[in-house]
Parts: sequence; structure tokens; C-alpha cells
Amino acid sequence: MKFLIGLATGGLFGLGLVIAQMTDPSRIIGFLDLFGHWDPRLMFVMVGAIAAHAPFVFWSKRRGKPFFADTLSIAPESRIDGRLVLGAAIFGVGWGLGGYCPGPAIVAASRHGSAALLTLAMIAGMWLFDRVFERRGKTSVNAIGAGKGIPNVPKFCG
Amino acid sequence: MSFSVFVPPLIGGALIGLSATLLLVSLGRIAGVSGIVGNVVAAPKSSQSWQWGFIVGLIATGWILLGRANSTSIGVSPATLVVAGLLVGFGTRMGSGCTSGHGVCGLSRFSRRSLVATCVFMGTAMLVVFVSRHLLAGGIL
Repeated sequence: MKFLIGLATGGLFGLGLVIAQMTDPSRIIGFLDLFGHWDPRLMFVMVGAIAAHAPFVFWSKRRGKPFFADTLSIAPESRIDGRLVLGAAIFGVGWGLGGYCPGPAIVAASRHGSAALLTLAMIAGMWLFDRVFERRGKTSVNAIGAGKGIPNVPKFCG
Repeated sequence: MSFSVFVPPLIGGALIGLSATLLLVSLGRIAGVSGIVGNVVAAPKSSQSWQWGFIVGLIATGWILLGRANSTSIGVSPATLVVAGLLVGFGTRMGSGCTSGHGVCGLSRFSRRSLVATCVFMGTAMLVVFVSRHLLAGGIL
């Protein structure tokens, strides 16, 4: 049941990315290229997504319990720290270099060699980060995910 | 540029928002791709079935909808792609999110953390594109 919900939402998410042409790295670079022929279209992907999602976030919060689970796994707002900013900056450099953020890379990986290569490297990068933190904090990865061990790590963040 | 060019991005975006909504109201989960993949990479055995399902859904959609023929290239070397992927993976784990988790889900709940993260990764990505496409145009990248 939960697998099927994941499958359906993942499929829908991928469909949205393909229709929005986020899976085309030249589109991404066109959007990021403010000083060239800037292509504003991808901004509208975000506008559409937030418009379709934000009202339901507030509805879900008011409602409290999701339909097929006990609690909403939304991180409590924690403070803005160096880890957040540095991590986002590192991600931004990779996004600007390769033209793929994680979702589109995975969607395109089965068809486009460049996306497949980038996805494999991305998985290695994630694994590397977890190794570094496991060694340093001696906390398991699950503890990181649960917000224990390392401070200021929001739960279940995307 | 007529308004019609903004329709596919808006529709695609709305479907992404719908997906995030369905996941939130059914399982109470955030549709953040780097978080989902990161959890599966970090703990494949203890990760949850919906996370595997979500990843299979993404891959299957791409396989069905994207042909080999319309493969696009932005003219970067395999080495650059590997470096880019490593940075994307490491950075999204460190910063607890990517374009979906912070950019869509975080901004939808008016999270200040996600707003900062989104501004930072968009800003640095734009800077990298400026440096690589204009300052070093035709150069090493």
C-alpha cells in the first residue's frame, strides 16, 4: 500500500518534471544564465508547484493526522546555520556545473548517459557525506535522520 | 515570448505540487527527492517502502516518457558531470534538501530555512553558470 502511494506520487512527480522540461539540462542552464539569454520559464515551475501545494500544507497542518499514517513528518523550524548555508552552496555549484538537480537527474538517468553518470556520482556524494558525519559524530545515519546526535538537523527534510 | 510558453512549466509545476500534496496528506511525508534518495542510500534495509516506490516511480516515468533520441547535452565533459554529481549529492545531504525539498515543499510552508537554502543554491548555481559560460567560455569547463 505504502509502496504504491510512493510509486504513484513518484510517477506524478516525474511526469511534472518532464512536462516542465526540468529534465533538459540546457533549459536549466538557460534559467541559471542571468547574464546570457535568460529563460525565465523554470521560475513558473516553482510558481505552479507552490500554488498547488501550499494551501494543502496548511490544510494538512490544521487537520493534523495524515490519512494513512499517524503523524505529519514535518520538521520543526530550526535555526539557520552554517551547515545549511554551506550545504546549499555546494549543491548550487554542482547544479550550475551539471544542469541537473536530484529529481530530474534520476528521471533522466535511464535514458540519458550524462544523467546516469551524474546520478551515480550524486549517490556517491551522499554516501560520502554520511561517512564523514558517521565518523565525526559516531552517530548512525538514522540518528541523523531523526534529528538526534547532530544539532539543527531537521527531520525528514527533502 | 508569448504567455503560452509558460503553460507547460506551470502545468508541470502544478503536477509536482499535486504529487507533494498527495504524499503529505496520505503519509504525512515531504516529497524531497534528495531526502528520499539519501535515506535509501544511507540505510537501504531500514528505509521505507514508499521511499523505494517513489524512486521507482521517478525512474519508470523517465524511461517511459523520455526517448533516447531527444537526449540533450550542455557540452560538459564526463569529468565535470562526476564532479557536479558529487557536489549535488554531498551538498543536498549537508544542506538537508534540494530544489524539491527546500524549493517546493519548504517554501510552500513558508520555512525561513528553506528560503535561505533556496536563495543560496540558486545564487551559487547562477554564479557558477556566469563564471563557466561567460568568464571561461570555451575554456576548461
